[in-house]
Amino acid sequence: MTNKLIGQYPDKSGHFGCYGGRFVGETLMAALADLENAWNDASKDVVFDRQFREMLANYAGRPTPLDFAERLSEHVGGARIYLKREDCAHTGAHKINNVIGQGLLARRMGKMKVIAETGAGQHGVATATIAARFGMSCKVFMGAEDVRRQAPNVLRMRLLGAEVVPVTCGTSTLKDAMNEALRYWVAEVEDTFYVIGTVSGPHPYPVMVRDFQRVIGDEARRQALEQIGRVPDLLVACVGGGSNAMGLFYPFLDDRCEMLGAEAAGEGLDTPRHAASISGGQPGALHGAMTYLLQNDEGQIHEAWSISAGLDYPGVGPEHAFLHDLGRVRYAGITDREAVEAFKLLCRYEGIIPALESSHALAAAIKEAAGRPKEQAVVVCLSGRGDKDLDHVTAYMKENKLWP
Amino acid sequence: MDTKGLFMNRIDAAFANLAAADRKALVAYLTAGYPDFDTSLEILKQVCGAGADILEIGVPFSDPTCDGPIIQASSETALKSGMSLSKSIELAAALRQSVETPIVMFSYYNPVFRYGVKRFAEEISRAGVDGVLIVDLPPEEAGDLVEALAGKEIHIIRLAAPTTRPERIRMLAGGAGGFLYLISRTGVTGTGGLDPAAIALHAAAVKKVCPHPVCIGFGISNSDDARALAPLADGIIVGSALMRVLSKADDFAAIPALAAAKIRELRVGMDAAGMCAKS
Ligand SMILES: Cc1ncc(COP(=O)(O)O)c(C=O)c1O
Repeated sequence: MTNKLIGQYPDKSGHFGCYGGRFVGETLMAALADLENAWNDASKDVVFDRQFREMLANYAGRPTPLDFAERLSEHVGGARIYLKREDCAHTGAHKINNVIGQGLLARRMGKMKVIAETGAGQHGVATATIAARFGMSCKVFMGAEDVRRQAPNVLRMRLLGAEVVPVTCGTSTLKDAMNEALRYWVAEVEDTFYVIGTVSGPHPYPVMVRDFQRVIGDEARRQALEQIGRVPDLLVACVGGGSNAMGLFYPFLDDRCEMLGAEAAGEGLDTPRHAASISGGQPGALHGAMTYLLQNDEGQIHEAWSISAGLDYPGVGPEHAFLHDLGRVRYAGITDREAVEAFKLLCRYEGIIPALESSHALAAAIKEAAGRPKEQAVVVCLSGRGDKDLDHVTAYMKENKLWP
Repeated sequence: MDTKGLFMNRIDAAFANLAAADRKALVAYLTAGYPDFDTSLEILKQVCGAGADILEIGVPFSDPTCDGPIIQASSETALKSGMSLSKSIELAAALRQSVETPIVMFSYYNPVFRYGVKRFAEEISRAGVDGVLIVDLPPEEAGDLVEALAGKEIHIIRLAAPTTRPERIRMLAGGAGGFLYLISRTGVTGTGGLDPAAIALHAAAVKKVCPHPVCIGFGISNSDDARALAPLADGIIVGSALMRVLSKADDFAAIPALAAAKIRELRVGMDAAGMCAKS
């Protein structure tokens, strides 16, 4: 690496090269400026940082382990595979890191009403969790289709005291939930904090969420130096909006270390049924940011498709678009079938039931590791646990002759 | 402002004429291609005939985050009927064959960006469009559009919201052309929720710093609203209320007349307000 990347992006107006920025209606501009100021203040405040660290440790259970997957590595027969175990964090996914940060910031700004969008329900659960912890009211917008697909998480959110608002417009999935959350925020912007669940949205969300999630990579880097004695050769993470991936990658950007983002290729990149915005999309503006989008020639957004509700989104965080164009990170598609096969391998070889989202990263890591020598080390972000996916995965396995 | 050539931008001309006649502007938003291309063209013509001073032709978008349920639904219908940005430009060009009413192209940014901002600017200029309003493109991100429209007789219409602070209103008003679109309340497009007293204060503050006409939009439903709000600014903008009336029609053929009737209803309210103010 010749040019340093850490600390260089985004620019003052939230641009990562030609991506990012703030593409929103005028009504939200003041709220985004306030949020940016509050975040700039908080990120320099040692008290805020201490509160954040304490909650990560005592509430979320961090640091999460870096775990050598010995049997899986042997089975694959190539590079050694290490798992960054975000599935061990409270609520079962990396999403908790970000909501602790945004929850603390909302409280600091005196906003006791939070809203969120959710696809798989993991971010919704995490937001409902932090709202309960802080005594905030919480509304979660969720596509009606996802409410059906992710029933256990709907129950969890309701138990935690959140109101789940089913969204029936458009395609009734994550992008529509985000549309509806933005509409609600426009109306209630004076006293409501919008907790976005990934590194997308208008500035400052992409940089703020990345900074809350970089704890994944900061820990992994320290743990790798201890356990492996050096920086890993390759990092792999799944990319929906891209928050677990940015969290893992960011602290390594200036190291000699390859990076691979696994996008959901659904039924294949050569079909319309996928969610691979970088591998199969073009640049455009949606939900506040310029980035890669699944869209037609006239700029209408396509429905995304993946077996995994958390990757089922037609866009991607702008920093990923930037890192892709720079050639710093590679992005590859993983099909539903490849993800489910990797899911099964991890269950059988390591006794870990991974989230379907994380299974995409795992599948990509297995492919890569197979072609590399034993001396190399690959770190995979195991972004979440798979309990929420059991019905779905078992049905898929039975239909596709992968069971048991 | 650009005053080269003999041609005066139709929006500027419309406001000059209205001011001379001591009248307020009625700006009508219609989703392009709702319910289909031909009916949409007929609606636009009849709305002009019924007394709309300026037309906003809304390019339907798959993810209209600034719009409420009515315009979401009309956009979805229009998209299903095959509408797109290129067809919306065709619609504007076809309308321009028969009317001289100023046309504002209303869109989200993504269709314009994907189409190519330069190509968009050239084609709307050829179609006879007079203004563009990109609802999710704040001035900070509008560099490409400003550049593409330079030297063309097309204004960029900017919006100011109740949340917009005074120093920013000055910036917005200064960079705008045609008229400033004053959003009446926080929230997305739709009907209702108006607070005339709050709007009056806001409109007065904005008018003080804005060198252009100011028009109030969002939530205006009927002639009472029109009567209450028209005196506060230089015009009012009606969208959802109009689209809601159209959605109630039994068949496509009935829609243009319904649209015209709604425009006349609003016009009566506005002109009544004018007379009250004078008496
Ligand atoms: C376990 C898990 N991993 C990954 C994701 C995808 O999000 P991101 O790409 O922002 O990490 C989700 C989203 O719901 C998730 O639940």
